[in-house]
Amino acid sequence: MQINFEHIQSAHCENGVTSNLLRHEGFSKITEPLAFGIGSGLFFIYIPFIKVNNGPAISYRTMPGLIFKRTCKSLGIDVIRKKFSSPDEAQTFLDDCLKSGQPVGCQVGVYFLTYFPKEYRFHFNAHNIVVFGKEDDNYLISDPVMETPTTLSTYELQRVRFAKGMLAPKGQLYYPKIKTEVTDEQIRYAITKGIQRNVRDMLHIPGGIAGISGIKYTARKITKWRDKLGVKGAGIYLAQLVRMQEEIGTGGGGFRFIYAAFLQQSYQFHPKEELLKISEQFTKSGDLWRSSAVQAAGIFKGRITSQQDFNDMSNFLMEVAEIEKNAFKALSKINWR
Amino acid sequence: MEKKDIPQDPSGLDDFTTDICYATDESGKYTTVQSRGWEVKATALDVTWQDIDNRLIKAIDDVKSGKASPILFYMEKKIMDIGIVASYTGYWKWQVKRHLKPNCFNKLSDNKLQKYAKLFEVNINELKNPIFNAD
Repeated sequence: MQINFEHIQSAHCENGVTSNLLRHEGFSKITEPLAFGIGSGLFFIYIPFIKVNNGPAISYRTMPGLIFKRTCKSLGIDVIRKKFSSPDEAQTFLDDCLKSGQPVGCQVGVYFLTYFPKEYRFHFNAHNIVVFGKEDDNYLISDPVMETPTTLSTYELQRVRFAKGMLAPKGQLYYPKIKTEVTDEQIRYAITKGIQRNVRDMLHIPGGIAGISGIKYTARKITKWRDKLGVKGAGIYLAQLVRMQEEIGTGGGGFRFIYAAFLQQSYQFHPKEELLKISEQFTKSGDLWRSSAVQAAGIFKGRITSQQDFNDMSNFLMEVAEIEKNAFKALSKINWR
Repeated sequence: MEKKDIPQDPSGLDDFTTDICYATDESGKYTTVQSRGWEVKATALDVTWQDIDNRLIKAIDDVKSGKASPILFYMEKKIMDIGIVASYTGYWKWQVKRHLKPNCFNKLSDNKLQKYAKLFEVNINELKNPIFNAD
């Protein structure tokens, strides 16, 4: 069985799943940047004391699952979400959905994802795909970061749906149900809501490791990495920072460019000049993140290794923090009426 | 970033997919561009894999010299850490830590070893006597 499902490639998996599933429901106004912005996707956090792949635990985006949940909720769309303890039950539920013509989003682990290049397969459990059909033993998969739809065998799909470790998916699947037509008024509300929540997440989370203060925290940490970890160890840490920021799935510049695109697209719903001005600020911030990645590459290639080079790296982040702080403050001051 | 500045460097994604990047066009409007890759992040990925290889080489040394049980070798080979091994096998982390010691590992029953063998996709004999290869 195969559901007529349109696969559109996106930068980030969860945005793509959200916007592709909504389009399947007949609601095509939510582009990838709108899904990201309404879901308040932009974030920064450095979680101390835990390590991911023997490097620092850093994220440039919000918790997995939240973008889909928030976007649907603010648009007044119902979300059906299920977790399973038994793999058999998970498979039966999925098959039933497909039989009834419902494509579903699934959270999966990347490590056993056979259609990914080997170098990209780490134990990362918060990847999202859409399953939209089954032919013999093969499930039809729309993975938003892939150019074209692909397939996974029953065994392969079960294995990635029940990957273990941090953020284990537990067979989780989800899909939206639209009850009443979503009006432009509702989209306008969702955009303001998404922006206000993002202002809160970036400016007002206490603790000093999240949002703008998290960026500054990381900047201060970086100046100490050379002494603490040695040039080589610090290089490995910086490489992790760069991968989280620039690797496939981010749209470049640690999601900042997607956010800038979101503000631009929001202007079509809220014709406020400020949105376009602030969008430029995020472009600037994304560009600076990329310059910091070039600086980091100089360090992990072993081309520049003095303490001053680490201080320069740190200064990039301090500058980014300042720009983003002002941008979010400006967003918080917009009068939406 | 402007559309014309999107890097198109060779990367591990070649033959698999392209990366979607967001960038502005001539009029300053955001659009998406497909990118092959960027040398900066390709190097970051290389550095990460060099580190993984080094850890594996060290694990092989430790297992050969009797400092660690073969579990360490397979764990590094599958780029796992103790937490991941624990959650797949159902053992507690402290149990996995004990099983990393050769003394303790040698006393494990086949039943207990089977959980590791399954995770690492080998049989019990291969688990006890690993063939050390780095790939």
